[in-house]
Amino acid sequence: MAHEANLPPLLEVRNLQVAYGGIHAVKGIDLHIWAGELVALIGSNGAGKTTMLKTLAGLLHPAGGQIKYDGNNLNDVAAHRRVAMGMALVPEGRGVFARLTVAENLLMGAYSRNDRHKIATDLERMYALFPRLAERRGQLAGTLSGGEQQMVAMARALMSHPRLLMLDEPSMGLAPLMVQKIFETIRDIAALGMSILLVEQNAKLALQTAKRGYVMESGAITLSGASGELLGSDAVQSAYLGG
Amino acid sequence: MEILLQQIINGLVQGSVYALVALGYTMVYGILGLINFAHGEVVMVGAMLALSALTALLGWGVPPLLALPISLILAMLGCMVLGYGIERIAYRPLRHAPRLAPLITAIGVSIVLQNLAMMVWGRQYHAFPQLIANQPHLIGGAIINDIQIIIFIMALAIMAGLMVVVHRTRLGRAMRAVAENQHAAQLMGVDINRVISITFMLGSALAAVAGLMVSANYGLAHYYMGFLLGLKAFTAAVLGGIGNLRGAMLGGLLLGLIESLGAGYIGDMTGGFLGSHYQDVFAFFVLIAVLVFRPSGLLGERIAERA
Repeated sequence: MAHEANLPPLLEVRNLQVAYGGIHAVKGIDLHIWAGELVALIGSNGAGKTTMLKTLAGLLHPAGGQIKYDGNNLNDVAAHRRVAMGMALVPEGRGVFARLTVAENLLMGAYSRNDRHKIATDLERMYALFPRLAERRGQLAGTLSGGEQQMVAMARALMSHPRLLMLDEPSMGLAPLMVQKIFETIRDIAALGMSILLVEQNAKLALQTAKRGYVMESGAITLSGASGELLGSDAVQSAYLGG
Repeated sequence: MEILLQQIINGLVQGSVYALVALGYTMVYGILGLINFAHGEVVMVGAMLALSALTALLGWGVPPLLALPISLILAMLGCMVLGYGIERIAYRPLRHAPRLAPLITAIGVSIVLQNLAMMVWGRQYHAFPQLIANQPHLIGGAIINDIQIIIFIMALAIMAGLMVVVHRTRLGRAMRAVAENQHAAQLMGVDINRVISITFMLGSALAAVAGLMVSANYGLAHYYMGFLLGLKAFTAAVLGGIGNLRGAMLGGLLLGLIESLGAGYIGDMTGGFLGSHYQDVFAFFVLIAVLVFRPSGLLGERIAERA
């Protein structure tokens, strides 16, 4: 891959360990994402993927290891400050504000930006990207369908102008057609040059979308490489793709 | 008929004060799920601070119509500092403790504040200076005086202002977001500690206004005045649906009316057996009735979140 050799990765995780609720959920993970890259992190339920993402976003604190983002050590940076640095997480279960309108949810996404005069333009951009949300901008987000809420969550994250977008199970609980739609959008966003870390249980879909992937099992990375290689590997085939 | 109208006027005025205090309870509950039982004492401290400031300013020869707003602002600032301190010192360290711990702490804070106030201001009742002529006006046989009019209009204006802040500003949006989902709010870049501090300070500023209003209306202030007032305002918040701002306002006004009408007619209802000094009973009848029949309060319905 064509990366300037003298530039460090946008995100670099070294020997990350996280204990969560008395469980050693993440046991020494190494992972990196280059600027502009779409990377998938796959693994079964309970492998520690969500714990990993929460730690990257700052909601959980590592028990050991290091997270470097854009050359900065993030270990002691509070979650809300990481947003201003360009990290955005679309959490598992979407986490939309049910009692705020769609428009208010999107404005919350722009909370930490200081170029406030550009927010209105970006809102319109989001409505162009997700026309369904434009129709429902005045509606309380809690009244939307699951797929629409996923759109709100993604649009809201994009409103913060992230350089690294982290998506936790964007396909969860959605009808197949909606999953397709969400993944089309993910590809579109990636094509614009945004770095994306895509966490998915749906390994096939994730690896078809990403260029590169990591496989996580019981808190550790067991395999990594180009998506094509992973898709073809026996281990991934038997564990996640049903033979 | 005159009695009915008079009781309605009294009830609305008293109710608007309850509403201001109830907003403080409900804002904190909405954001932290905590009943800040020390909130009534913040009202008391507001009244005492305003009274002290007023006495001092008048003593220096400041004209009453200037001294009053200055005292109000000083009391609001003082209470904001107090509210910030209470959260920072007493509640924040217990943010992740079992729910009973901050509740007991709140009662402790309340006792501490009462006793501090008693040490500073003494046990005696303090008379509130007569600042304006306080003209009585006759409306359909009932009397409403200047202070009551000012209290009612000011309370409504402050509540309207608060609604604008909560529903139309970036800060208000952040408050509602934190109230709903703290983790998601953090992921938006919201410093939740800051928003929680601001919430306490806003509620405490309202409490200071209410404290000044109560003491101006009754002409008295006392270190113990916050206790019953706080309980009634809490009742009002529960009646409206705790956590719901409109509910706190509605609950406050309704409770004021219920109390006032109850006090006005309890003599007739019981054939003279019980008198208007049983007024306080009504608030707690209401509390019990709400908790039994509609624990979520009048407006306390939530939108179900979909998976």
